[in-house]
Order: sequence, then structure tokens, then C-alpha cells
Amino acid sequence: MKVFRRNVIRLTRPPLPPEAKNDPIHVRIRDVHKSYGQQHVLEGVSLDIYRGQTNLVIGPSGSGKTVLMRQLIRLERPDSGQLLVNGVDFAKLEGLELAAMRRTFGMVFQMSALFDSMTVFDNVAFPLREHANLSRKEVRERVMARLSALGVAGAAHKLPAQLSGGMQKRVAVARAMVLESEILIYDEPTTGLDPITTERVDDLITETEEMFGVTSIVISHDMASVVRIADHLSFLYQGQIAATGTLQELLNSEHPAMEEFVRASRVSLD
Amino acid sequence: MPDAAPTASATPEKASQLRAAVRNAAEWLAKWLLSPFVEIGVLFRLLWEAVFWGIRPPYRGRLFIDAMEFVGVGSIFIISLTALFVGGVLALQLVDGFRDFGAENQTGAVIGLALAREVGPVFAALMVTSRAGSAMTTELGSMRVTNQIDALITMAVNPVQYLIVPRLVAGFVMLPVLTMLFNVVGVFGAFCVAVGLLGLDPGVFMDRLRWIVDWDDVSQGLIKAMVFGVALTLIACRQGFYASGGAAGVGRATNRAVVQSAIAILMLDYLVTSIVLGQGFF
Repeated sequence: MKVFRRNVIRLTRPPLPPEAKNDPIHVRIRDVHKSYGQQHVLEGVSLDIYRGQTNLVIGPSGSGKTVLMRQLIRLERPDSGQLLVNGVDFAKLEGLELAAMRRTFGMVFQMSALFDSMTVFDNVAFPLREHANLSRKEVRERVMARLSALGVAGAAHKLPAQLSGGMQKRVAVARAMVLESEILIYDEPTTGLDPITTERVDDLITETEEMFGVTSIVISHDMASVVRIADHLSFLYQGQIAATGTLQELLNSEHPAMEEFVRASRVSLD
Repeated sequence: MPDAAPTASATPEKASQLRAAVRNAAEWLAKWLLSPFVEIGVLFRLLWEAVFWGIRPPYRGRLFIDAMEFVGVGSIFIISLTALFVGGVLALQLVDGFRDFGAENQTGAVIGLALAREVGPVFAALMVTSRAGSAMTTELGSMRVTNQIDALITMAVNPVQYLIVPRLVAGFVMLPVLTMLFNVVGVFGAFCVAVGLLGLDPGVFMDRLRWIVDWDDVSQGLIKAMVFGVALTLIACRQGFYASGGAAGVGRATNRAVVQSAIAILMLDYLVTSIVLGQGFF
């Protein structure tokens, strides 16, 4: 009987509208508000995410970066505002439409969030087994291709706990990219990593972008990483975008909080 | 009088502080009184979500088998061991008590009845709570605090369907099976002690058991086991699924899950018995 076939509902990513292909702006965030009780965390955030570029959202701890990321992938629903992805308001979607739209995004969490009861191979194969109608051989080929591209094919049969932080990040990227997502979001990807691993993760972000042609959104407060990878920057301060532009523009910003942030992080373009 | 002004202004300030303290105390008391109802509401909402997502595809058979293996097969040893000793101690107490008025030949019947109706389902549920329920809470809690549940959502996989439904079904299906095992091993333990150690006639022991205990008694225990199975897995999953506060939070959630499950099992035991027997309502 058809109803007992596994995975009857296959979530296919919505097709890209023709006008969106040439639109340099991939995601438009407009006037997003989010409060928890009396605490207003996001107070009218508006910013543009540029297609095929590395977009960084920076800001001091407690400025609302992670909350913004949670709205962006709809782990939470904004109180008000729009999240226009390829022209579709992601904030208003529900049910299967929302689930299908989620396939536009791949997410790399701060601590990688790999399933610790599964091997690296199974972690990366998970989205394919859930959403793609592929044979075992095809799944194996696609998973190993992703792992090889990211340099972790040798760890396929290890458990996440047996990997270093940098390798876990690579596996998390492989998992996020295996369904060929358009947008890859990294939440604080270098927090808690040593300088060498931090540099490798930065390289990984730029390599992934070049290799797969994705739009990257990086939530960070690590200015050393920002200088290495940023194409476009937005500075989130007290729940609002205080400054936005290229790295050069933000380093020269006259916003007092941005100036203080740059000064405290002791970075320069030199 | 130089002190008069400060005293006059201090009195309304003290009064307002007192009012605030009373208001806080009243709020705390109201929250405390309402918290069990809020908790029951959360449990029923989660149960509804599990039913809603449980009947929808995709059906992940492997997860159901894994969960049943974990709850059922993994509990066989602990259930058998406790049943053996519970049966044995029941035999010791009953033979000793019944000998005072020459009724020790009823030991098999009473033990069979007690195991089938009460001791089997309640002990099996408590053992599964301590072994599998606590592990479920810890596993789901760890997944929650390390963003693994969020990762499932971002991959467009419903976490209730993926994580909770298989565990609930496993509790519902495997608790009756474990209860039957408890009953059989319990009777065996009682038989060994009553006949082997205390000298009761084996024929009389078994004859009384078969004479008194019938299918109605066994089915009463199995109905209870199904209810307990759903209750304990639901509580364990709820505590783990909504855990927060890092490793310490997961520890607190596990503690709450075990305590709440034990209380729920004993309260539901009374409720189900009242319904089945049609008496004992307030």
C-alpha cells in the first residue's frame, strides 16, 4: 500500500524564481523584532544578505546575534518583520512549506551538533536518507564525495567524540551541504578553537563558498576571523544593526560602539 | 524634633516593601499550586503532538525496533532479577503469616493474584523508569543542550516524530511484555522459596494459583502496564526534550523524570484499579 511506503512526503526545496537568480541580494531581513517577556532582544533589525558572498553578522556578546540566527532559520518565529528568502517571506510559512523552505539553509552550529550516537558517515548521510530518494550506493557515493572534498573521508567510520573540534566542524559543513543548500549559516564557528584551528575553519568557510557557490552567513565576534573572511559585514548592537558595509567601511565607522569594538579587538587591515 | 521627618517617610516605605513581599509570596504560592496542572497540560500537549506525528509518514521502522530493544530487551535482566526476589520475599512473608491460622496452602493463590494485578505491573514500571526512563531523559536532554534537536529541525525533520514517537510506542508495547515476564519469574521465585525452602506442597501451591488467578486478573495488570508504559516514557521524554541549563540542567531533568514517573505510576495505579473494579472513587 502506498501509504506505508517510507518517506511518502519528500520535502523538495522550492524552485528558485527566475528573477531571483540575478538578484544580488539573497535574503532581505526587514524590521525583525523579537522579545522574551519584557526583554526586547531584536528591535527592528534590517539587513541584506548578498548572494554568493560571505556575510558576517558581528557584535558584542548579548547583542542578539544568536537570536537573529534562530529567527533566520526559523527555530523561532519573529514577533514581527519579514525574512525574504528569494522573495518568499520565510517568517510567515507554516507546516510543509516551512519544512521545504528549510532545505534552502544548511546550519553549522557552534558546537557542531553532530549526532553523537551516529558515525561521521551516518551523520552526513542523515539528510539524504530523510529527504532524497537515493539507493544505498548513491548515498554512499554522495557522502564520500562530500567528506573527501572537505578532507575528512578517513574519519567516515569514527564517532564525533573521536574527532578534533576542527574536524567536527568539517563534518558539520559536509552534513549541511550534502543536500546542496543555497545558504550556509555558521554560528560562532571559531569560538573555543585554538588559533591554528581557527584559521583552518576560516579557510574552510571560504573554500566551501568557492567550491559549492553558496551564500555564507557567519555569526561571530572574532574580529581576527572577520578580517580574513568577510565580504560584507553588519554590526549588531543592542538589538539593531548599527553599521553595515564592507570590512573597510566598518573599520572606518564612526559609530562609537563599532569604534570601541574594533579598538578592543586590536585588528586593522594591515 | 529632628527625628520626626525620617520616621514619617520610613513608614510608607516599609509598608510598600511589605506589600511587595506579600505580593511576591502570593505569586510564588500561586505558581507552586498551579505548577502540577501546568505540567499535566504540557504532558497532554506533547502526547497529542506524538499521536498527530505518529500517524503521519514517514514511518521509520528501525527507530521503533531500536527503542523496543532498548526498553524491552535491555530490561530483561533487571526485571527478572527483581521479580525473583520479590516473589521470594512475598513467599517468605505470606507463609509465615498464613501459618498462624493454618492457611499456608493459599500462598500460591495470593502471590499469583498480587503479582498479576498489582506487584507485576507496578514493579516492572518502576524498574523500567529507573533503567530506561532515566536514560531517555539524559539522552534527549543532552541532545537538547548540544543543539542536536535544533539540528534535526533545521534539517526539516520533526523531532517529536523522530525522537518521541518511537519511545512512546516502545513503552506502550514493551511494558506489558515485561510485566508478563515479571509475573512468571515472580511466581517461580515464590515457588522456589515456598516449596524448596519452607516445605509447602508443590501441587497445592500450583493448584491454588490456577484456581484463583484467571485471565481477568492478568489482563487488569496488562492494562495497567500499558498505561504505565505510556506515562513513564512520556514523562521521561518531556523532561529531556525541554531540558535546559547545560549538564546540570540535564541532571535536574533526569531527577525530576524519575520522581515524577514514580509518583505518576502509583497514582495511575489507584486510578486504573478504581476504574477496572468500578469502586474506590472519592
